[in-house]
Amino acid sequence: MSQAAITSRWKIKTGLNGDFIFKGITVLFAFSILVILFLMIYEMVEQSLPSMAKSGWRFITDQNWDAVQEEFGALPYIYGSVVSSILALALATPLSVGSAIFITEIAPKRLGAVMASLVELLAAIPSVIYGLWGVLVMAPWLQSTVQPFLIDHFGFLPFFQGAPYGVSMLAAIFILMIMVVPIITSISREVLLAVPRSQKEAAIALGATRWEMIRMAVLPYGRSGILGAVILGMGRAIGETMAVTMVIGNTPQISLSLLSPAYTMPSVIANEFAEATSKIHSSALMEIGLILLVVTLIINAMARLLIWSVTRRQSGGGR
Amino acid sequence: MQNKVKLEQLNVHFGATHAVKDVSMDFFENSVTAIIGPSGCGKSTVLRAINRMHDLVPSARVTGRILLDDKDIYDKVADPVSIRRRVGMVFQKPNPFPAMSIYDNVIAGYKLNGRVNRSEADEVVESSLKRVALWDEVKDRLKGNSMELSGGQQQRLCIARTIAVKPEVILMDEPASALDPISTLKIEELIEELKEKYTIIIVTHNMQQAARVSDHTAFFYLGELVEAGETRKIFTTPDKKQTEDYITGRFG
Amino acid sequence: MKSVILRKGANMAMTGLMLAAALAVLVPLVLIFVHIIKMGLSSISLDFFTQIPKPTGETGGGMANGMAGSAVMIALASIIGLPIGIFGAIYLSEYGGSRISTVIRFAADVLAGIPSIITGMVAYTLLVVPMKGFSALAGAVALAMIMIPIILRTTEEQLKMVPGSLREASLALGVPLWRTSLKVTLRSAMTGVMTGVLLAIARVAGETAPLLFTALGNQFWSSKLTAPMAAMPLQIFNFAISPYEDWHRLAWAGALVLVTIMFALSLSARYFGRSRQKN
Repeated sequence: MSQAAITSRWKIKTGLNGDFIFKGITVLFAFSILVILFLMIYEMVEQSLPSMAKSGWRFITDQNWDAVQEEFGALPYIYGSVVSSILALALATPLSVGSAIFITEIAPKRLGAVMASLVELLAAIPSVIYGLWGVLVMAPWLQSTVQPFLIDHFGFLPFFQGAPYGVSMLAAIFILMIMVVPIITSISREVLLAVPRSQKEAAIALGATRWEMIRMAVLPYGRSGILGAVILGMGRAIGETMAVTMVIGNTPQISLSLLSPAYTMPSVIANEFAEATSKIHSSALMEIGLILLVVTLIINAMARLLIWSVTRRQSGGGR
Repeated sequence: MQNKVKLEQLNVHFGATHAVKDVSMDFFENSVTAIIGPSGCGKSTVLRAINRMHDLVPSARVTGRILLDDKDIYDKVADPVSIRRRVGMVFQKPNPFPAMSIYDNVIAGYKLNGRVNRSEADEVVESSLKRVALWDEVKDRLKGNSMELSGGQQQRLCIARTIAVKPEVILMDEPASALDPISTLKIEELIEELKEKYTIIIVTHNMQQAARVSDHTAFFYLGELVEAGETRKIFTTPDKKQTEDYITGRFG
Repeated sequence: MKSVILRKGANMAMTGLMLAAALAVLVPLVLIFVHIIKMGLSSISLDFFTQIPKPTGETGGGMANGMAGSAVMIALASIIGLPIGIFGAIYLSEYGGSRISTVIRFAADVLAGIPSIITGMVAYTLLVVPMKGFSALAGAVALAMIMIPIILRTTEEQLKMVPGSLREASLALGVPLWRTSLKVTLRSAMTGVMTGVLLAIARVAGETAPLLFTALGNQFWSSKLTAPMAAMPLQIFNFAISPYEDWHRLAWAGALVLVTIMFALSLSARYFGRSRQKN
């Protein structure tokens, strides 16, 4: 009632409807987000079409990438992305979940708070700085100590054969692990904090030790949220560009050995896109971008749904 | 009557707050003792001290002695985990584990002692659920989700989970306050049956409930024990004026 | 039957493992900081802030053009991104019907999850190709696309926390809705909104991938928005992968400056966040 009165009075005073204009502006800006998203997807698809028409399915099954001969098989990049992210996640997940449990359930409150903010700090470091540290400090260290050790003691395994290069799949895995740990840790921490006190008390009252309480009440309750955190970490790892480009060695090959250089989808875009002269070359890179886009969209949607289901259950009450 | 739990000069502090002051009293075997009093009087705090739940709160400090079969549970060598297996607890809001089935909920505490073979587990689940009169209602969906039960059923499930561990004492913190009248009645009948085997201590803000289910009643006010005795006496001829005022609804 | 001792042993072992995991997470953090501070401090000098990079073979030089370029592009990205983010958030919290708001919120979340290199590719097709050249403007647009979802979501959260009674009080005084939104709702959420803005700036200040084929980078001074422009993260990248010791030193110095700026930003964001909570 007053609402209508107010607007009409404004109209009389100025001859314009201020609310109408204001609402129009906010609508315009809000919808521009949809436009941006639509444009991104549209452009990526549109620009990929020439490459799709030329290579078809061979694009993701061929290993040969030769811009001069205009042969584009993206398999080495897909392989590199998949292997580096999955192995990084395999290392990062137990570390992250373990430290999230330590921060929320074991450490004294103040220590937990300090550690949580350190983890947030780690998550804020730009990836180019991880890359700088990776290429100038970590890779040489891997080359001089870790890789020779692996070759000497585990060289009979196909994963640890060849010469120690430093920059390698292994370096990419390590740097990705260091980068996704803070993300998984901080989301897992939020998920664990959402476990109701009543659940923990139920376990304790049954005579559970602290670890039994974590296993019985905390982890099952937070299971899907933690899974969501891991998947979100996966999305981050697979789209990570700079740090990986700097340490992976950028060689389009498929090798079982983690010591040899490799290549990932974002890295090949970073290295070749600005210099791609032929139309078909940039279209091929666009198609790699499109694959990356689709994969990250799926991964992120899954993660959001999982995390959302947990926080919703929490706000839905203690029962 | 045999005394099972004995409080001696019990004091509980939370930081600077003195929540329970110098409480000494007895709880008897195979009987139900109700703790009543206005909210904030320290009744839940006393209850939680009896299975060392305050260990979880860093700011809590418990002094004095609580004797369980004449042994101090706050003794340096006493082990809170073993004590909690002898002193079970049922909470105000039903808190079954949502990620577990009905069956797994009942066996959750029992299983902590090591691997249990299938037939033994089945037996424990069945007898515990029968004891809380839930067996007939859930026997066809033991693998179903515990969150699909009604509030009253969930609370009886939580009691089944507690007795599956075979405790000697059961603490109940307003176990029916979140339930409807019919579920409340069922819980009250259950308490009556359970006292044959267990020592039961129940906190309630509902005086009629205390009068109905308990043999002994203790009245707390502002962290102090005002009066304790047989329920009939407390509700008919209390010694203290404060108790009488509270029972008759003149304050609180 | 498992004994209590065994169960306690398992408890201790798992506690130890989780402590070890927590320590393992913090080790790289400490190492990275130690190196950045050690290498950065030994490489930084006044020249770093006043000079442009020297050609290979010559010692010295700095990242003055990169710092200026980053500042210009971040400012431009904010000019584009802030209104969209903030007004979009006002729409979501004040007008949005539930279904369309959900769609916009979801779009913002999706946008936030897209790898930044793809943002760079899109900015390239939308701006670099039609304008026939790499430009600071394209770089700024790419950065803005990264800022928008962050600002939108944090601002919306803040606006939702403003009590409805405040809004109603203003409306009851005869203030039109649009003035209420700006002068009452937005203003009382201002410190929270600032937090989001600072976090968004901190995020894009370190972004490298979206600038690779938009701003491209520049060895020299450039103030033209339609020409390639230097940016600090790009310089750190190029110098780090170069084979020259001298350029590595510049990269470390750049890393120290960048990390310092980012922590200053997130500390002030936290300060704003805290002062809001106190009120």
